[in-house]
Amino acid sequence: MKKLNRKLLRELMRMKGQMLAVAAVVACGISVFISMTNVEFSLTSTKERYYSEYRFADVFMQVKRAPETLTDRVRNIPGVASVRSRIVTDVTIDVPGLDEPASGRLVSMPDRKMPVLNDIFLREGRYIEPGHPEEVIASEIFMKANALKVGDRVGAVINGRWKELQIVGMCLSPEYIYEVKPGSFFPDNRRYGIFWMSREALESALDMASAFNDLSLTLAHGASEKDVIQRLDDMFRRYGSLGAYGRSEHLSDRFISDEIKQVGMQITVLPTIFLAVAVFLLNIVLKRIVSTQRDQIAVMKANGYSNEEVGLHYLGFALVPVAIGALSGTVVGAWLGLGLTMVYEGIYNFPELFYFFRFENAALSVLLSTGAALFGALSAVRQAVSLPPAEAMRPESPVVYKPGFLDRGELQKKIPVSIRIIVRNLERRRWKAALSVLMIAFAVGILISGRYGYDAVYHIILVEFSEKHREDLTIVFNEPRPFSVKYELASMDGVLEYDLFREEPARFSFGHRSRRQSITGLGSSDGLNRLINSHNQLVSLPENGLLLTSSLAEILGVSPGDTLTVEFLQGMRKTAYVPVEKTIDELLGLSAYINMDVLDRLTGEAGIVSGAHMRIDQHKAGGLFADFKEMPGISGTNMLKAMLKSFEDIIAKSVATSTIFLTTFAGILAYAVVYNGTRINLSERARELSSLRVLGMTKHEISFILLGEQAFLTAVAIPVGYLVGIVLSVLLALGLSSELYRMPIVFSSFNFVFALGVIVAVAAFSGLMVNYRLNKLDLIAVLKTRE
Amino acid sequence: MQHNGKSNDKAVLRVDDVSKIYTMGEVKVDALKHVSADFYEGELVVLLGTSGSGKSTLLNIIGGLDVPTQGKLYFRGKEMTAATEDDLTMYRRESIGFVFQFYNLISSLTALENVQLVTEISDNPMAAEKALTLVSLSARMNHFPAQLSGGEQQRVAIARAVAKRPELLLCDEPTGALDYETGKLVLEVIRKVNQELGTTTLVITHNVSIAAMADRVIHMRSGEITEIEINKSKLSPSDLSW
Repeated sequence: MKKLNRKLLRELMRMKGQMLAVAAVVACGISVFISMTNVEFSLTSTKERYYSEYRFADVFMQVKRAPETLTDRVRNIPGVASVRSRIVTDVTIDVPGLDEPASGRLVSMPDRKMPVLNDIFLREGRYIEPGHPEEVIASEIFMKANALKVGDRVGAVINGRWKELQIVGMCLSPEYIYEVKPGSFFPDNRRYGIFWMSREALESALDMASAFNDLSLTLAHGASEKDVIQRLDDMFRRYGSLGAYGRSEHLSDRFISDEIKQVGMQITVLPTIFLAVAVFLLNIVLKRIVSTQRDQIAVMKANGYSNEEVGLHYLGFALVPVAIGALSGTVVGAWLGLGLTMVYEGIYNFPELFYFFRFENAALSVLLSTGAALFGALSAVRQAVSLPPAEAMRPESPVVYKPGFLDRGELQKKIPVSIRIIVRNLERRRWKAALSVLMIAFAVGILISGRYGYDAVYHIILVEFSEKHREDLTIVFNEPRPFSVKYELASMDGVLEYDLFREEPARFSFGHRSRRQSITGLGSSDGLNRLINSHNQLVSLPENGLLLTSSLAEILGVSPGDTLTVEFLQGMRKTAYVPVEKTIDELLGLSAYINMDVLDRLTGEAGIVSGAHMRIDQHKAGGLFADFKEMPGISGTNMLKAMLKSFEDIIAKSVATSTIFLTTFAGILAYAVVYNGTRINLSERARELSSLRVLGMTKHEISFILLGEQAFLTAVAIPVGYLVGIVLSVLLALGLSSELYRMPIVFSSFNFVFALGVIVAVAAFSGLMVNYRLNKLDLIAVLKTRE
Repeated sequence: MQHNGKSNDKAVLRVDDVSKIYTMGEVKVDALKHVSADFYEGELVVLLGTSGSGKSTLLNIIGGLDVPTQGKLYFRGKEMTAATEDDLTMYRRESIGFVFQFYNLISSLTALENVQLVTEISDNPMAAEKALTLVSLSARMNHFPAQLSGGEQQRVAIARAVAKRPELLLCDEPTGALDYETGKLVLEVIRKVNQELGTTTLVITHNVSIAAMADRVIHMRSGEITEIEINKSKLSPSDLSW
């Protein structure tokens, strides 16, 4: 076998262009598989490790005010493992160097450091000291966004009083891996931060001595989350509970869990496409090798090599490039995974994001690619094995062409002979042509679906920022305020327009389904904050009933005409039966809208508001911002337009990176298919093409015949690829859409143009590579040899 | 230089002191050594020699497929050894008709289309159908190569070569792949083309018997012309035997 191996290696070297193309396709598939499985595993285990080391709670609840003594009763609920009560409040923050008011969440911590639920990881500085109510530990991402250092000071309006807070430490918490303001979707780390401060200090600032307004607990092994939540809700109803909820409704956990799920989805699709293409390429390349080496197979067999030895030899032509591809794919995948993990490190706040390379995955990828090699090589190897030596000695019987569609009627006379050659070749091997088209179409599809994500995100931005939200900023009050607050707002210098809104936390039930969900009361659907559906159309506010977002309606299992049980969780805590009048397919979040007057009637409390959307005079913004920073009773301000900028920066960076990778991958795929197809064509037809040269055809004329076929296949593959891309994108949209957001099915024309450009460029390049060989055809050899 | 004095004595092609040295690895092979010969309008010349005699190398140089290491080639007085690759392509396209040992037909084209392949790119071709009639294949012109016998395929190849009305028809072992009867039939067609169209024809072969149908026979051995023989009594291909 030693000499056979030498033959194998020499021949592989001779065909290195084709073999490397196969190896590159395998490498792409394996690298995606390795990187994505590693990233999924790394994210999951980092999250779990973080949750367990810093005791992330299982169940959460916000109340208005409950006596501390109740925590002991909570501890006694069957299934509860440990409990922590806290004081949490949202305030306006004055950050040095930032004109606009920022929002902050103050979270109480024990005065002396001890292990607690939802603990913090101190990155820098120290823990707060007892007797220093001004000391706070701030979230790392907020400090970094504002270039704050340990020792810096920020201002805060706590319970109507302006206080100066001193940052003594920088930390992270498993509660805020994704640090985003409640109700927001895009992080705005300059204008929203978390501050941990002394419980004692918060108790006195908020008059909450021996009381708490936030409860978190962990469950004992095997305990029922649902039962515990039910007990908590019953126990805390009279303390203004907004309803207990599990991790699945915890915003930060939800984001990170959805992200992990999305990474998991990518593990299957791309590697499957790449391995399918590898199978196809191996099939056509190996078949060609076996057919050109018929005489050699005969010689081997005549000299006593067994069928197994011959079969194994030709299997080597598949195994070697696949092994090279799998190996380099594993290395590249490990590296890519590390890079991707570092990207996640920038988005999600982990103390340390561990990167794991799993050998199980490497082994699985070797198994998968070997399977692909065997599958691709199967028919060619079988052909080599089953060839009787005597028959193998004879040349292959000539290719039989039959009259095809060209030969019907008068059509044929008008078509140049060179085009007839192309058409007949395509006609003769329709399946191969169709598969080539499909493979190139996959490359186009990968490009389209790769950029689709960004088209969708930009559409969301367009709808959200230019159509839905017309306000410059939104203020949210700590407590419900009387309707008369509008006079105060109207009198502020620089406020051009404002719309009041009311937000009431509630629990919706329909049949056995229920959901905590706040209701937004609006004056009209066409105010500063408009009700816009995914198609950018205005939806009117119903006169009496509810307008639910489609996904909320789906979760509750209701459709227009059904009546929901709405249990209000604040104020008089009334229960009402409200008809669902309409649904709206908003892109972000879950919402329930109702006419403000109807909300007044249903809650039994009229004339109160929770906040206001405003349009302001930009020239007077400075003064207005200063007023808001000191205005009591404001828990937060949302600077929507400012958020857009920071979000667009993140997106732009990730568009660039992922476009580079996907373009490379799709380029390699298209190159491998077109190059191999053309090379095989050249090998099959070298003699014909040389004859044509001898007969007086120019190089251009025979290039046209050879490359025209692949050019035609590529041209057909582009529209097919558009379809493949759209289908892949729809699958992606279905997979990625969650309660947090829905991916709209939208495509920019640039997406299609870009894919077209990449594929045409790659096809042209592979054409040039083959043309180079075509130019070196040995014209004399052709006169002497018989095929 | 001797010749048979046929027609008006004009040399279509002149080979002047041509040598060809191939370098194969570190070995130099003298394929042609100072060969000179003229070819006249309308004559049928057989180039006879064993394998390695240099006859194929000479044919390749005459056909514009190869260039000599030394010496010159004149076609109608124009020096072809100075021609560019594009000039040589045009030379083959307009002036040379090739017939190969293994026919080299395009398998995806019918007999008629194989001929049209050439008529499409030449300036003053005869109708493809007419060329096929000339080789007695008008009845099978819509057949693909795989549907034709070897002799029929070779006749298509001859039709393809002459359809452009070349000045020079070069046949490289045209009967090499054919049986005896079919081979004679193909030679008959070559003779017919030579006589009816007056195309200067050069047939290379190692088959001594074929020499009897030529006007002149050029004998080659080891890269040199050993003898140029004028055939006083030409035989018809049907009278040949080997």
